[in-house]
Amino acid sequence: MKLIFEKSRSGRSCDILPPSDVPEYIIDKAYTRESECRLPEMAENDISRHYTEIVKNTHGVNDGFYPLGSCTMKYNPKINDEIANLNGFKNIHPLQPEHTIQGALEALSLAEEYFCKITGMDRMSFQPAAGAQGELTGLLLIRAYHEERKDFKRNKIIIPDSAHGTNPATATMAGYTVITIESKEDGLVDLEKLKEVVDDDTAGLMLTNPSTIGLFEKDILEITSIVHDNGGLIYYDGANLNAIVGLVRPGDMGFDVIHLNLHKTFSTPHGGGGPGSGPVGCKDILAKYLPTPTVEKSADGYKFKYDNKNSIGTMKNFYGNFLVVLRALTYVISLGQDGLKDTARNAVLNANYMMHNLKDIYQVAFDGPCMHEFVISIEKLKKEQGITALDIAKSLLEYGIHPPTMYFPNIVAEALMIEPTETESRETLDEAINIFKLIYDKAKKTPIKLKEAPNNTYVGRLDEVRAARNPILKYKFK
Amino acid sequence: MNKTYYTRTHEWVEFISESKARVGLTDFAQESMGDLVFINLPEVDDEVIVDESFADVESVKAVEDVLSPLTGIVSAINDDLLDTPELINQEPYEAWLVEIDNITEKGELLDEDEYKKVLSEEE
Amino acid sequence: MGTYIPNTRDEQLDMLKSIGYEKFDDLFINIPREVYDKDFKIPYGVSELEVRKIMEKMASKNRIFKTVYRGSGAYNHYIPSIVKQITSKEEFLTSYTPYQAEISQGLLQSIFEYQTMICELTGMDVSNASVYDGATAAAEAVIMCKERKRTKVLVSEAALPGVLSTIKTYCHALDMEVIVVPCKNGMTDISKLKKLLDDKTACAYVQQPNMFGLIEDVDSIVEITHEAGAKVIEGCNPVSLAILKTPAEYGVDIAVGEAQPLGLPLSFGGPYIGFMATTEKLVRRLPGRIVGETVDINNKRAYVLTLQAREQHIRREKALSNICSNQALCAQTVAVYLTSMGQSGLLEVAKQSMSKSHYLASKITGIKGFDQVYAGEFFYEFVTTAPVDINIIMNKLEENDILGGYPLIEKNQIIWCVTEMVTKKEMDRLVELLKEVEG
Repeated sequence: MKLIFEKSRSGRSCDILPPSDVPEYIIDKAYTRESECRLPEMAENDISRHYTEIVKNTHGVNDGFYPLGSCTMKYNPKINDEIANLNGFKNIHPLQPEHTIQGALEALSLAEEYFCKITGMDRMSFQPAAGAQGELTGLLLIRAYHEERKDFKRNKIIIPDSAHGTNPATATMAGYTVITIESKEDGLVDLEKLKEVVDDDTAGLMLTNPSTIGLFEKDILEITSIVHDNGGLIYYDGANLNAIVGLVRPGDMGFDVIHLNLHKTFSTPHGGGGPGSGPVGCKDILAKYLPTPTVEKSADGYKFKYDNKNSIGTMKNFYGNFLVVLRALTYVISLGQDGLKDTARNAVLNANYMMHNLKDIYQVAFDGPCMHEFVISIEKLKKEQGITALDIAKSLLEYGIHPPTMYFPNIVAEALMIEPTETESRETLDEAINIFKLIYDKAKKTPIKLKEAPNNTYVGRLDEVRAARNPILKYKFK
Repeated sequence: MNKTYYTRTHEWVEFISESKARVGLTDFAQESMGDLVFINLPEVDDEVIVDESFADVESVKAVEDVLSPLTGIVSAINDDLLDTPELINQEPYEAWLVEIDNITEKGELLDEDEYKKVLSEEE
Repeated sequence: MGTYIPNTRDEQLDMLKSIGYEKFDDLFINIPREVYDKDFKIPYGVSELEVRKIMEKMASKNRIFKTVYRGSGAYNHYIPSIVKQITSKEEFLTSYTPYQAEISQGLLQSIFEYQTMICELTGMDVSNASVYDGATAAAEAVIMCKERKRTKVLVSEAALPGVLSTIKTYCHALDMEVIVVPCKNGMTDISKLKKLLDDKTACAYVQQPNMFGLIEDVDSIVEITHEAGAKVIEGCNPVSLAILKTPAEYGVDIAVGEAQPLGLPLSFGGPYIGFMATTEKLVRRLPGRIVGETVDINNKRAYVLTLQAREQHIRREKALSNICSNQALCAQTVAVYLTSMGQSGLLEVAKQSMSKSHYLASKITGIKGFDQVYAGEFFYEFVTTAPVDINIIMNKLEENDILGGYPLIEKNQIIWCVTEMVTKKEMDRLVELLKEVEG
């Protein structure tokens, strides 16, 4: 594929704007740029063809099975996109007077009500733009809580070693020291170790439940009590909510603050890596620290409230990824209470179905039943045949399946983390199971074939060392 | 030739004088990291402390701390590594990272035989 | 009930039985019974037709104005049809971060093209794949500048309030002190800045054009800030960069900004997209995804996510930022927008916006009581006084389907913004309406 800059021809353009109807204003040269701004110059047809070529080399959920563990790559309903594209939502200015945006405020308010009920929280802010920003927001609420109580010695956040890297990175950004606790043999939180580290310097615990290995922390009520009894607060990382949405609420498990990934559990498109949305919900004790503004309902309509003096401030400009929130709201209204419960049940069923049908050949990292995802380890194949998790992943590409998450969680060697989601049919799962088995046979018989995979993709395996040693990060113009 | 010592965390130390030494990564360390793509080094005059991280090395998908075997002051850094970290992969015992002066404390230093024993245990 | 689960209830039960379970509850045995499967009191699901009606009704309660004179961080520019068409392609919508480069060359290449375009706009050496918005880009840039002995941050008073408050939130968390540099005549007060700079200062943040639309003296700001050994972050409006001096020409260390004006609808404030570009020297402190060029095993040119050892999934608690992904679809939108407008088209957008705003400024300030507040050169926003309570003015404009400039309530002043979307006729009509207010 040629780069768009290589297709550009001087003088070509699309005819978009009418000529100016006012006299041209000539600005003093002291203010103007000297360097040329080499944007592409192209006709519309060529632009269209360029991006069609780009699209053909991009793999989405609509292309095929996408069991990327921990990312919940479920189907993205089209009605959600159409709603987000309604003129009345898409073309309102964020600084319009409140009486002209009552529909937008109603949407935010309704979303807050529904997502609070789903998670067992009291208030929620939709300002955080993504899960990672939600995490930071959540920890800042915890920090504000301790600071207001003048409990300054609480400077540590406890995180299990199975957690996503984002958790410890967030804790550092929030000004905390990270205490990592080792998981038990079965991959779950070690209560004894937790008791050892929880202290009067514990600000809080960050927990993903189900954990990143796809297991539900069955001692969750005890875990949250241990931390609460020591004056700490508990953060729920919503990355894996799809397994339990509607069936058990983080608020009822004892969590004080949570973030949701609307682009995972609530079906909004991942967009090639964003925009996501990471709303943060909390119990009443933390509500006054939420980002500003909050949306309040009053007798004469909905209003923004800015004067929350205990607020942690703003996490970004304006109110969050509004159009993403609308998609998630549309989804929740569509599914309702019954549909959400069914979502969790089928996400878990599909994962167990795949695990059950693969466990005789692939080594399952932890005994089931699993939740919405499970981890297999390629360690045995590596010892026997020299085949790694990477080789299995690259071989899946040849069959049009997006590989599972590789080499995560860190506590499992040669890990592949498989999350089918509830929107896949039995036939898709059966086909994938067969392909996994076929690849296993190849690994046994002709391992070299796996080392060379993929063969039928636009490019083969890449030289990542070269990319990192001598970074080329933009096009070098001729 | 000066005698080379090793640490359990796979750094090597070569003393130039009683109070001055060069520190690098062992062959085992570079082998287990794979192709190195970047290295963060301290600055000259920075203080380094026994068993504390003073540098880190990056491969494509991993980053590892380098722990100091000595307490002292950095008197030189190997600038070449900043542009060509692969020198560590090619010649680990030539590619020193830093030179440490005014050494006031030494951590646990192993001789070659003792280090070989550590390596065989790692296997 | 709306559902996106393909398997029928019978098929589901059959699958359950085939793997040795009687009922769904058996899969959830590890959830404590006292908190399992409760009624959480949201309504039952509805069909697609019903949800459409519910949401359309909500949308209809919002008002879309025919003419918009409000900017202040969100700009109403024309979006070519091809931008909307291309960015609603399903593959772009439904893919995720291109971890598997072999099947993601399209997405990776388009991000590489986006990075190149941001470098062209700003003149900087390198760009990342984008962050959440302009305010978070500013905050992340501030963190890039943090050093052990430099933790003080100076932010111009003429930066957007949302940017300033976001920087404050991020800095509070990292115990970095934020000091606001006051304005003089609507511009960052250079002499005050000079006094505040010291050997504890990590960086100075300046917005260009600033929130009053004025063009700042970034040359002087760079000179005195660098003298103090601190870095300069310039927050820029990307449309203005078609005309104005680039961050690289000023010599700033990090250029950031809100790229919403480049093809993204107003969207009630989001999703937008923050761009970040910097010098080669600082590339390893740059947060977020970065795409780089390399080759595959057959020596074919290819693209891949690179320099990943900077990021949270590898560096964990030692990472400089926790950001995981980028605003990929928005970056895609920006790239298609910049391509369809092209070099000459973007320049035309900038020129028309600038010319029209100067036209309007000359007309409005001809009306008694509407005086231009600041004398400095501006790009496409300017501030005027008002002869009466601005609420009266805004209401009158609203009645005429016009969203007036952004009201500065306390000062009873208005920040007007004019883009290429507004015609001369509409501006003349605005002037007539404002004259009626005066009268």
